[in-house]
Amino acid sequence: MQINFKHKQSAHCENGVVSNLMYHNGIQVSEPLVFGIGAGLFFTYLPFLKVNFAPGFSYRPMPGFIFRRFANQLGIKVVHKKFSSVQEAQKTLDEKLQQGIPVGLQVGVYNLTYFPDEYRFHFNAHNLVVFGKEGNEYSISDPVMETTTTLTEKELEKVRFAKGALAPKGHLYYLESIPTEYDWERAIRKGIQKTCNDMLAPVPIIGVNAIRWVARNIRKWPKSIGVKKTNHYLGQLIRMQEEIGTGGGGFRFIYAAFLEESSRILNNPRLKELSNEMTEIGDEWRDFALNISRVYKNRNDNDNVYEKLSDQLMKIAEREKRFYKELKKSI
Amino acid sequence: MKKEQVPQDKGSLSERNLNELCYAIDENGNYTTVQSSGWEVKSVALDESMSLIQERIEQTKKEIAEGKLSPIAYFMELNKMDLPLLASYVGIYRWFVKRHLNPKQFKKLSSRTLKKYADAFDVSIEELQNFKPY
Repeated sequence: MQINFKHKQSAHCENGVVSNLMYHNGIQVSEPLVFGIGAGLFFTYLPFLKVNFAPGFSYRPMPGFIFRRFANQLGIKVVHKKFSSVQEAQKTLDEKLQQGIPVGLQVGVYNLTYFPDEYRFHFNAHNLVVFGKEGNEYSISDPVMETTTTLTEKELEKVRFAKGALAPKGHLYYLESIPTEYDWERAIRKGIQKTCNDMLAPVPIIGVNAIRWVARNIRKWPKSIGVKKTNHYLGQLIRMQEEIGTGGGGFRFIYAAFLEESSRILNNPRLKELSNEMTEIGDEWRDFALNISRVYKNRNDNDNVYEKLSDQLMKIAEREKRFYKELKKSI
Repeated sequence: MKKEQVPQDKGSLSERNLNELCYAIDENGNYTTVQSSGWEVKSVALDESMSLIQERIEQTKKEIAEGKLSPIAYFMELNKMDLPLLASYVGIYRWFVKRHLNPKQFKKLSSRTLKKYADAFDVSIEELQNFKPY
């Protein structure tokens, strides 16, 4: 049994699943629009939380937040279910597919057989859509993949019940009802406001302040934890910023695309200018990643290089701060 | 980032014919999506992370050979797990899992407990028990 589901590749899994599910229900909404309305642009630094033997850096909010905010803003009703029983989880999934409803799943990446080994680590907040079942094989639309793929019952069970932080516990979701009218303008304004407030939040671990904190720490790390560990931390920062899912530059380019689209919808030329500014900021982030990789390759132990990286990141933070202030004024 | 600036380096994704989607500006200054086969900057960071895991595996093998750790430690590292994660996969308290990393304690494990570990690592009980580091 197959549902006629249109698979479209996206940069980030969560936006992609939402965009594809909406399209299935007859509403065309781009990935950047989902991302912007869901206030997906973010930065957080959690030095006390170790991920992969490095502090936690994230360029996005908690998994699921983008989707929830997007749905709330527009009045879309989404049903979420978690399960304690493996059998029950599969039964519910099969029932929904029988009814012709494509189902979104939260899964762990580690056992996703179609990912290359290097990308298989214990991260439990990946999203995909199941849109059919033949025998014991499910048809899968994973938005970061170019084409659709399949997983067996057993393989799917494994990824749905992955363990560890943010364990999915069989989490599935589907759209129950969608509104007949959409107030895109209001949703966009709310989304932009939320992003500005997040990024300018007066706490050290979130937004621009968190970027500055990382910048200050880059200066200290070589002395306090040694060069090797510093490089590993910086490597982790690159991975979070550029790895599959961000669309490049730590989501900054997706956000610039959102501002460009918003400028058309709201008929606000100022947003187009700010989109260009965001693109330049994204380029600076990429330049920063490039410089980190140079430090890696040259094995340059000179402390000076870390000072330079720190200064560069501090500059990005200042530029972003000005940016969000301007953005807030423009809507 | 302009369309033509989207990096097209060889990476582990392109080897499997997977291209990721990037957002970039076209010749008219508007956003569009472009596929990217990879970026060297990312490969470098990924390689470093992989070699770190490899280092940890080698170190664990050495300690198993010296009789300091049980085979569970090797399979834990091989599966990129840490202690809390392994504990939640096998459904055994962390404190006990830590004890099971001790070769002496490991020898005493019941076949039921061994089965839990073997299942979590996707190997047979024999493979787990008869693991030779070198």
